Amino acid sequence: MSFPWAEEYRPKNAFMRYLDDRLPLPRLVYNSVGGGYPVPRNLNYMWNFGVLAGLALVIQIVTGIVLAMHYNSNAETAFTSVEHIMRNVNQGWFLRYAHANGASFFFIVTYLHIFRGLYYGSYKAPREMVWMLGLVIFLLMMATAFMGYVLPWGQMSFWAAKVITGLFGAIPLVGEPIQNWLLGGYAPDQPTLTRFFSLHYLLPFVIAGVIILHIWALHIPGSSNPTGVDVKSPQDTLPFHPYYTAKDGFGAGLGMILLAILIFFLPNYLGDPVNYVPADPLSTPSHITPEWYFWPYYAILRAFTVDFILPAKLWGVLAMFASILLLFFLPWLDKGPVRSGRYRPKFRIFFWILMLDIAVLGWLGGLPAEEPYVMASQAATIYYFAHFLIILPILSAVERTLPLPLSISESVLGGEEAEAPPTDLSGTAPAQA
Amino acid sequence: MVRILGFLVGLGFVGVAAWSLLWGVIAYVGDPPAKTAEHRLHEEPRNISYSFDGPFGRWDRQQLQRGFQVYKEVCAACHGLNLVAFRNLSELGYNEAEVRAIADQWPIQVPSINPDTGEPATRKAIPADNFPDPYPNEVAARAANNNALPPDLSLIAKAREGGAAYVESLLTGYHAAPAGFEVPPGLHYNPHFANLNIAMPPPIAADGQVTYGPGNPPATRAQMAHDVSAFLMWAAEPNLERRHAAGLWTLVFLIFGTILAYMAYQNVWAGRKH
Repeated sequence: MSFPWAEEYRPKNAFMRYLDDRLPLPRLVYNSVGGGYPVPRNLNYMWNFGVLAGLALVIQIVTGIVLAMHYNSNAETAFTSVEHIMRNVNQGWFLRYAHANGASFFFIVTYLHIFRGLYYGSYKAPREMVWMLGLVIFLLMMATAFMGYVLPWGQMSFWAAKVITGLFGAIPLVGEPIQNWLLGGYAPDQPTLTRFFSLHYLLPFVIAGVIILHIWALHIPGSSNPTGVDVKSPQDTLPFHPYYTAKDGFGAGLGMILLAILIFFLPNYLGDPVNYVPADPLSTPSHITPEWYFWPYYAILRAFTVDFILPAKLWGVLAMFASILLLFFLPWLDKGPVRSGRYRPKFRIFFWILMLDIAVLGWLGGLPAEEPYVMASQAATIYYFAHFLIILPILSAVERTLPLPLSISESVLGGEEAEAPPTDLSGTAPAQA
Repeated sequence: MVRILGFLVGLGFVGVAAWSLLWGVIAYVGDPPAKTAEHRLHEEPRNISYSFDGPFGRWDRQQLQRGFQVYKEVCAACHGLNLVAFRNLSELGYNEAEVRAIADQWPIQVPSINPDTGEPATRKAIPADNFPDPYPNEVAARAANNNALPPDLSLIAKAREGGAAYVESLLTGYHAAPAGFEVPPGLHYNPHFANLNIAMPPPIAADGQVTYGPGNPPATRAQMAHDVSAFLMWAAEPNLERRHAAGLWTLVFLIFGTILAYMAYQNVWAGRKH
C-alpha cells in the first residue's frame, strides 16, 4: 500500500518475529497507523478530526456498554432506569452524561472532518471511495444517534420517534406500511423501544467495520493534504508514527478538555429539557425538535410548505434525504482538477457562504416553525441545493485557479534549500536540518 | 451525465423551495401573523443566582433544608417526588435518626399489603423508600385538582427551560392578568407559565407560611420560593457537587496531560518544516 518508500515492518524481538510469521497483526498496525504509513508533512490541525472521531466512537462504545448493563428497555421502566443510573449507580451520572455529550462531541468532530473534506477537496479522485464510505459512516451515526435518543423514553424521545418514522409515512403507497414496520405498531411503544435498543447496540460495531474500510480505502492513495498536490517524493512525507501520533495526542488532549467541560459543567446544555419529562403519548410537546446535530436537516424538512405536483411533506422528506445523498455524487459534481480550496479563490467564497448557510439552517432548525423563520429556512434551503447541484458544477468548469506548488516539500520549504528526507523512517532520530 | 441530472434535481428542489418561499412571503406580507397572547405576555425566567451556579458551585445545605421544609409543608400535598428516596436526605445534612424520623412521620404512607390477609394496605415509610406519591393514580390526582395533574417534582428543575430560576420565577410570578386578558375559570394568570394560565393556585401565598427554625432568614415569600427552587434543583441533580469537584480535577489532569502532549509534539517535530 501507499508509497514505495514506506518503511517496512521489522520485528524487534524473537516473539514479534514469531508472531509476524504466523499472524502479521503488528505489521498491519504498523502499516496503518505506525511508522509504515507515510503521511504528507504539511497537514494542518484540520486533519486531527478523523482520529478524534475514532476516539469519540471508542468513548461511546465503552460508556454505552456499561450503561446497557443498567438500562432497562421496557417502556414502563426505561425512564426510571435512566434516573436509577443517574442517582444510584456508582458514577452512573458520569457514564450517562459522557455518553449523551459524547454523542454531541462525535458529531462536532465529524462535522469538522466533513467540512475539512469539502474545503480541501478530499472527495476528489482518487479518494471518492474514502469519501463515500465516510458518508455511509455518517448515515449510520445519524441512525444510531436517533435511536439512542429514543431510549430514555422521555417526551422528546417518544415524539422524535413518532415524527422521524412519520417521515417514511410520507412516501406514497408504501409509506404507512414502512412506518408501521419500523415502529412495530401504529405508534411508538414497547416493540419500538426494544428494537431501537437492539439496533442501537448493533450499529456502532457496524460503524467500526465501515471505519476499517474507510481507512483501508484511504491508505491506497494516502492522506490528502492542504495543498491538494499529490505526494511525489519521500521528501513530501513523514511517517505517521511518531509525527502524527504526537500531533494527534495533542489534538486528543484538546478534544477531551472540550468534552470534559461539557460533561462536568454543562451536561444538559445541548439537550432538550423536555426529555426529562416521561413519555406521554397523550400530550404532544408544544415544540418538537431533534437534537442539535439534526437541526439543519430539520430546517430543510420544514422548508417545503406548498404542494407542487407532490405533497409538500413529501418534498420536505425527499429534500432532507437528498441533502445528504447528493454528497455521494460530489466527486462527479465538482470536476475541477484542483483539489484544495486554497487555490480556488471563487470556490472559497462559495464554501464560506455554504458554511454560513448550514449554520443558519442549524439555527432555524431549532426554532419553532413560525414566520419569519420558515421563510429564512426556505431561502437557506435554496442556497444549500443550489450550491451543490448548480453552482459547484458550473464553477468547477469555468473557474480560474491559482498556480499550484510543484510539490508538497516545495510549498513547505519555499525557496529554501531542500531538507534531507528523514534518514531513519522510524522517526526517532532528530531531523538533519 | 451526473452533472446534468444533478442540475435538474437541483433546479427541482430550488424551484419548489422558491415556490414555497414565494407563497410564504405573499402570506406574510398580505396577512402578517398576529402576535398571540403567549407571544406578547410570556416572560422568560428571571435572572436569579444560586449557590450551585458555575463550575465552583456548591449546595447551601442550610438552604436545602429550608427548601425541603417548604416542599414538605406546601408542595407535598399535591406534588410527588418519587425518584428521590428518604435516605437521600442525609445529603442535606440530616443525621440518620432525623432521616428515619422524617420517613416515619411522612403524612403519606407507602403502598403495601396486609401481612395477614394479603389485601392492599399501607405502611409507614422507611429511609430506603422513595417518597410516596400523594395520589394513588392519575385519575385520583385529576379528580382532586379540577382535572389538572400536578406533575412529579423530582426532575422539574431540569425539565423546564431555565431550571431552578424558572421554578422560582413561576412561584413568585402570579399577578393580576392585564386588562383585556381573560383567564378561564379555575385557572390563574402567570406570565412565566407556557400558556399563561396555570391550574395551580399561588402556592406560596403569605410571608411566614412556613416557620423557619432559629438562625435562618425570615420566611418571606421570596425567600421560601428561592429555597424550594434550590431544593428542587438538588432533587433533580443530587450529584451536582460531586460532578463539579470531579470536573475540576479532571480538567487539571487533562490540561497537564495536554501540555505534556504539546511538548511531546513540539519535540518530535523539532527541525521538521511543515
